[in-house]
Amino acid sequence: MSDPAPEPPSLPPPSRSRAAEWSVTAPSLLWLLALFVAPTLIVFAIAFKPADPLGGIGSGWTLDTLRSLANPNYPVIIWRTIWISAVATVFCLLLAVPAGYCIARTSKKLRQFLLLLVIVPFWTSFLVRIFAWKHILHPEGLIKHTLVALHLSPPETPLLYTPGAVLLVMVYTGLPFAILPIYAGAEKFDFQLVEAALDLGCSRWQAFWRVFLPGISRALLTAFLVTFIPSLGSYVIPDVVGGPGSEMLGNKIAQRVFTDRNLPHGAALAALLTVAVLIPLILAVLSRRASAKGGLAKAEGGALR
Amino acid sequence: MRVRFQISISKSHLTSTRVPLHSSAMGDFLEFQDISKHFGSTRAVDHVSFGVKKGEFFSLLGPSGCGKTTLLRLLAGFEQPDSGRLILDGEDITALPPHKRPVNTVFQNYALFPHLTVRENIAFGPRVAKWPRSKIDDAVAGLLKLTQMEEKADRKPHQISGGQKQRVAIARALINKPRVLLLDEPLAALDLKLRQHMLLELDLIHDEVGITFLYVTHDQTEAMSLSDRIAVMNNGHVEQIGAPAEIYETPVSGFVAAFIGDTNFLDGRVLRIDEEDPNYCLIEVAGLPEFVCYNDKQKKPGDLVHLSIRPEKFHISNEAPKSRSGSKNAFRAKVEDVIYMGTLTKYWIRIQNHRLAISQPHGRFLLDEKPPRWGDEVWIWFHADDGYMLDRFNPSEADQAAEVETAGRPESRV
Repeated sequence: MSDPAPEPPSLPPPSRSRAAEWSVTAPSLLWLLALFVAPTLIVFAIAFKPADPLGGIGSGWTLDTLRSLANPNYPVIIWRTIWISAVATVFCLLLAVPAGYCIARTSKKLRQFLLLLVIVPFWTSFLVRIFAWKHILHPEGLIKHTLVALHLSPPETPLLYTPGAVLLVMVYTGLPFAILPIYAGAEKFDFQLVEAALDLGCSRWQAFWRVFLPGISRALLTAFLVTFIPSLGSYVIPDVVGGPGSEMLGNKIAQRVFTDRNLPHGAALAALLTVAVLIPLILAVLSRRASAKGGLAKAEGGALR
Repeated sequence: MRVRFQISISKSHLTSTRVPLHSSAMGDFLEFQDISKHFGSTRAVDHVSFGVKKGEFFSLLGPSGCGKTTLLRLLAGFEQPDSGRLILDGEDITALPPHKRPVNTVFQNYALFPHLTVRENIAFGPRVAKWPRSKIDDAVAGLLKLTQMEEKADRKPHQISGGQKQRVAIARALINKPRVLLLDEPLAALDLKLRQHMLLELDLIHDEVGITFLYVTHDQTEAMSLSDRIAVMNNGHVEQIGAPAEIYETPVSGFVAAFIGDTNFLDGRVLRIDEEDPNYCLIEVAGLPEFVCYNDKQKKPGDLVHLSIRPEKFHISNEAPKSRSGSKNAFRAKVEDVIYMGTLTKYWIRIQNHRLAISQPHGRFLLDEKPPRWGDEVWIWFHADDGYMLDRFNPSEADQAAEVETAGRPESRV
C-alpha cells in the first residue's frame, strides 16, 4: 500500500518525449498491423469476392457470399458454437477461481510445484493431448469401462463424438489459461481485505463474493477472454472428439476452405465469427468507460460541494 | 486547524453504550484468561491473563514480536488460541468466528475496500447485516460527520490521503457499534505531524463514543498519551499492567523501566535498615558511596537489589547540595557529555565505572545559573524516594528494551 497518498484526481504525467514513447511502441504496433490487422481486413475483403471454380478468388465484387450465410444451418451452428464456448468458459472459471485462490494461499514452496503442474500439459503437443482424450473416452477406453462396471452408464451410450466430449476437452484445454491470470490476480490481492470483511460481519462465503471476487475482477475478465475467444474458434477439438451433432463454426470454415475450395465463403464465416466476438467486447468496453466517467464526475461534483 | 467534533449528530447513534470511565465497582468487561498461542515452535503468547474495563482505553505496548498483535488477532477471531478463554461481557467468545464477534478492527494499513467509495466502505458492515436503507444512511451520515469525511464521501480509497483513509477505517469499524474497538498500530503508517494530530482525534473519538478501545502499539508516546491503562508486553507475556504514570514511576522489571522512557540501572546490596526511618535502607553499589533508598519491597540486609533511577530524578550542580535529604545521596562525578535539547539538557556523567544519564529542565538557564559543562567535576544527588527497586531484572532483556526504545541511550548499567 502506498503511504504518501496520491492527490485526487491524478493529473496527467508531465508531457514526456513523445518520440521516445513511439520508438518503444512502434515495433509491436507494426507487428500487430502487418500480421494481425491487415490479414483480418483481407479476410473481410475476400468475403465480398466471388468464388473461382478452381478454389481461388474471382475478380469483381459481389454480395452473393454474404447472402449464402442466410442458410438455415448456420444459426444452429453459430448458436452451438457460442453455447459450447460459454459453458466451457463458465466451467473453466468455476474451476480456476478456487484453484487460483488455493495456489496463491499456499506456502511458496508448494506454490511453485502447483504452478508447475498447471504448466506441465503445455510440454506435450496440443494435438497429442486431444488424441489422448480420444483414447480415454473411447468405448473401449478406461472411463467407459469403469462407468459400465460401476453400472453408472449403459454400455451402448457413447462418450466420444458427443457435445459433452467436446465440452470436456475444451474445459481441459482452457483451464490452465484461466488459472494463470486468476492466480496472478489472487497473488496480488491483499488478503487483509478478507479479514476486514470477516471483521465487519461477513461469513467466509460473503467475504469471497463481496471482497475477493471484486478484488480480482480484472483477472476474471482476462481469464474469461483467454478462454472464451479461443473456444469460439475451436476446430480441432470438435473435429477429433466431436460428432456430427457437435460441429462448430470452426469446422464449417475448415470445410468451406479445404473441402469445398470456396475461399470467399470461408472468409465470410470467419468475418461473421469475428464480428460476433467483437460486438460484445466493444459493448463491454464502452459500458465500462461510461461508468468510469460517471464515477469521476460524481467524485468531482462531491469535491466542489 | 481542525474543529472539534460535532457531538450532537453522532450522539444518538453512538453514545448508547456510554458508561463512566474507570468504574472500578464493575468487574472486567473483557477478560483474557490464560491465553496461549504458538506458531510452529514460536511461543507468540504465553499464558496471558488480564482484564479490560468497560469504556477503557487500554493499550498493549511492546516491541515487535512481543505478542501484542497476536492477542489482538485472537480477540478479533482471526486466530484461535491453543489454550485459554476469551470472555466478553460475561460471554465466552473463544469459539466464535470473526463475523459473530461484537468487536471491530482498525487495521494498520487501513484495509479499505478499493472497489468501494468512502461511503460504501463505511456502510459495508450494515449492508452485510441487512439494516434498513434509511438506518444505514443515517448512521453513515453521522460517522461521515464525526470523522469529517463528508466532502470525500464519494471518493475511492486511492483518491484520499493517508490520514483520511485512517478516519474512514475508524468510521467503518465504529458503525457496527462494536463492544470493543481493536486498533492495530493505527498510526504507524502516518508521518509524524499527522500522527500527532490523529492522536488527538482518536482521544476525542474515544471520549465521544464511549466504546472500549484496545490499542496495540510499539510507540510508548502513543500509549502513554492515550491510555487509561497500559499492558507492557515482552516475549509473549505481560510484564506489567497499570496507568501510564504507574508504569513509568514504578516499573516492575528492568524491561519495563528501559522500554518506557530512559532510565539508569544500579545493581547493589542492602547494607542495613535506616536507623531514622525503618521504611528506608542503606544500599551499597560497587564504586559508589553508600546511599539511602526507599525500601518498599521490604528487603533485608544482604539482599541484592536492582534500582532504576530516571534521568530527571537526579539533580546536577557545580555546588554541593544544601538540603539535608539531598546531602545523603550526593556523589562527586565528572561530566562526560552535555547535550542541549531546548526544554532540557542531557548530561552523561561518570563516577568510576558508572555512566549515568541525567536530564535537567531549564529554569533560568542562561541568566543566573551556571550550568555544568563538559569535563566539570560536579555534584549529583537524588531523593531517597526516587530510587525504585525492581522486582525483576534481566540484563539482556533490559538491553534489548533500551535498544528498541531509543537510540543514543547512555550505557548506564555496569
